[in-house]
Amino acid sequence: MGRYTLRRLLQMIPVFIGSTFLIFFMVYALGDPVAALFGDKAPDPATAARIRKDLYLDEPLWRQYAHYMGQIFSGHFGTAFNGQPVTELMASAFPVTLRLTLVAVAFEMALGVTLGVLSGLRRGRGLDTSVLLLTLVVVSVPTFVSGTVLQYLFGVSWGWTRPSVSPEAPLDELLLPGVVLGLVSLAYTSRLTRTSVVENARADYVRTAVAKGLPRHRIVTRHLLRNSLIPVVTFIGTDIGALMGGAIVTERIFNIHGVGYQLYQGILRQNSPTVVGFVTILVIVFLLANLLVDLLYAVLDPRIRYA
Amino acid sequence: MTARLLDVRDLRVEFRTRDGIAEAVGGVSYAVDAGRTLAVLGESGSGKSVTAHAIMGILDSPPGRITGGQVLFQGRDLLTMGAEERRRIRGAAMAMIFQDALSALNPVLPVGAQLAEMYEVHRGMSRKDARRRAVELMDRVRIPAAAQRAGDYPHQFSGGMRQRIMIAMAMALEPDLIIADEPTTALDVTVQAQVMDLLAELRREYAMGLVLITHDLGVVADVADTIAVMYAGRIVETAPVRDLYRRPAHPYTRGLLDSVPRVDHGGGQARRDHGEHVRHEGHGGHRGGKLYAIKGAPPSPLTLPPGCPFHPRCPRAQEVCRVERPPLYEVSAADGGPAPEAAPPSGASPASGASPAAGTPPPPGATPSPGAAPAPGGRTSACHFWKDELDALDAVNV
Repeated sequence: MGRYTLRRLLQMIPVFIGSTFLIFFMVYALGDPVAALFGDKAPDPATAARIRKDLYLDEPLWRQYAHYMGQIFSGHFGTAFNGQPVTELMASAFPVTLRLTLVAVAFEMALGVTLGVLSGLRRGRGLDTSVLLLTLVVVSVPTFVSGTVLQYLFGVSWGWTRPSVSPEAPLDELLLPGVVLGLVSLAYTSRLTRTSVVENARADYVRTAVAKGLPRHRIVTRHLLRNSLIPVVTFIGTDIGALMGGAIVTERIFNIHGVGYQLYQGILRQNSPTVVGFVTILVIVFLLANLLVDLLYAVLDPRIRYA
Repeated sequence: MTARLLDVRDLRVEFRTRDGIAEAVGGVSYAVDAGRTLAVLGESGSGKSVTAHAIMGILDSPPGRITGGQVLFQGRDLLTMGAEERRRIRGAAMAMIFQDALSALNPVLPVGAQLAEMYEVHRGMSRKDARRRAVELMDRVRIPAAAQRAGDYPHQFSGGMRQRIMIAMAMALEPDLIIADEPTTALDVTVQAQVMDLLAELRREYAMGLVLITHDLGVVADVADTIAVMYAGRIVETAPVRDLYRRPAHPYTRGLLDSVPRVDHGGGQARRDHGEHVRHEGHGGHRGGKLYAIKGAPPSPLTLPPGCPFHPRCPRAQEVCRVERPPLYEVSAADGGPAPEAAPPSGASPASGASPAAGTPPPPGATPSPGAAPAPGGRTSACHFWKDELDALDAVNV
């Protein structure tokens, strides 16, 4: 297991370099950042040239990238368009998004798995059909629609929550945004759980458990669920990374100053240090989450042994 | 007559499929007495496993459904029993050994825990005591270093060891009846005998009834007391094991026996040597000859042929076989016992092989016995011409 973990950590290096270069290249392709700095006004050519020289923008792309990576490894993520260091932005944005993600994942796990298990055990009955239908609707409605509708209903019409989140983003204000963020994943989770439960319910070892004369609740909890939830855990694990990066829309709707908000600002201002810096961190989070899931998988399923 | 351990009466199971209703079991009756072994013999798809699942109460339903019959276990009908009452019987009083132990054991639980579970649930033992009993049990089925291996997972054992664990699980609460569904089919030939011996030994020791489901004729001969041969969801012949091997009273049984390759040909096989001269198919069977095979394939349970379901493949088929389904005839002691010293001439029977036309009455002396299972030692055959089948054997035995 130790060797496997080490190997996986080493594999992250090329993935890290490749993905950061791609991001760097794409941001570069967006357009002229110096022009963007001046907004609608046309920049003075001399000033523009000086800024270009200061920011190494007159160098070829690969040298820009090398310089940037060098800076990153010495802890300098650059400054945002307003002169604030990107590291400072990260320190304020990541905890907020992390909290939001945790709310979303908790909601996704609790409700998604429960619905999936119940509908899987009652395949073809009323509950199963409604869950299937409901999740289909949820999957087909984009987040910006469900988000604004729920915001309007809960925050404006009924006034149960504040329609937007304050800068400190306390946990209770993140409940509704968390639900919105986790909604689509919830649908996938319950469908995946349902399929897995249905499949495993027909497995030979479940039949053995019945033949052993075990009570139904024991068959379900000890034999059926333990096996059925392995793929679900895998999905939720990888989903954590996806949710953190994918919160852009939700954070925009509820005005949450998290990772998505900063990324949006960065893209809008063509500020590559912000975009590349944040995405780099997200890539690392994603890679670590995947590694964690793979290790967890071996713990859950004794048949899997990494060497 | 005292209540039998297991008495299956006219059990019917059907499967609802997209293509229609398949009658997987069409009125099966068999019985096992305490401490005896019944072998249920048949090809894949003959309904032998489905029957066992219905008895055990683990039929996949839907699509499977029991449509009729009784399963009397120690005198009580399991099919009309409450679910909770039946659950208490499963595992404790009747247990099942499955064919493929790798998929039948839970892959993510240590085998010790899976064995201990029996004691925890049925006996209410503490986890610690149950674990101790589980290790004893593994010792009992001769798993080396049982105490260390109790924490291992099923995939870490060899096929033979896994099947021993399966056996241990079934034996855990010393049930009165064990149903073994092809317990050795998935194993290497060398291991098969070991596992079979272990099963037979434990069965003797605990004086349990055993229903042994198999398609392996070699396995049956040593272990079983009586044999029930199934074909297309029905029993075609039941007989004490020696009688069945010596003088099968159904063409299907005979086909099965003839399709076993033989290297030896001692005194017991002399009959089959001579038989070649008169066999309809000219089937050989050994010594470099071509191995006999029953022609054709078993019928689909969706479209069972009319009349005797075996008639399309039967060398003895007559017009009546295509029209009239043969009941289970009782094979009388005089005809069905050990081979008489001087066989009666084949002409003695009025319904001898060559002559009958459609609608010929069944041979005299035969009484249909639908529903009830035969008494121990009794024989039945679901062939209109069971007498001829026996006579033909006797004729070539002279």
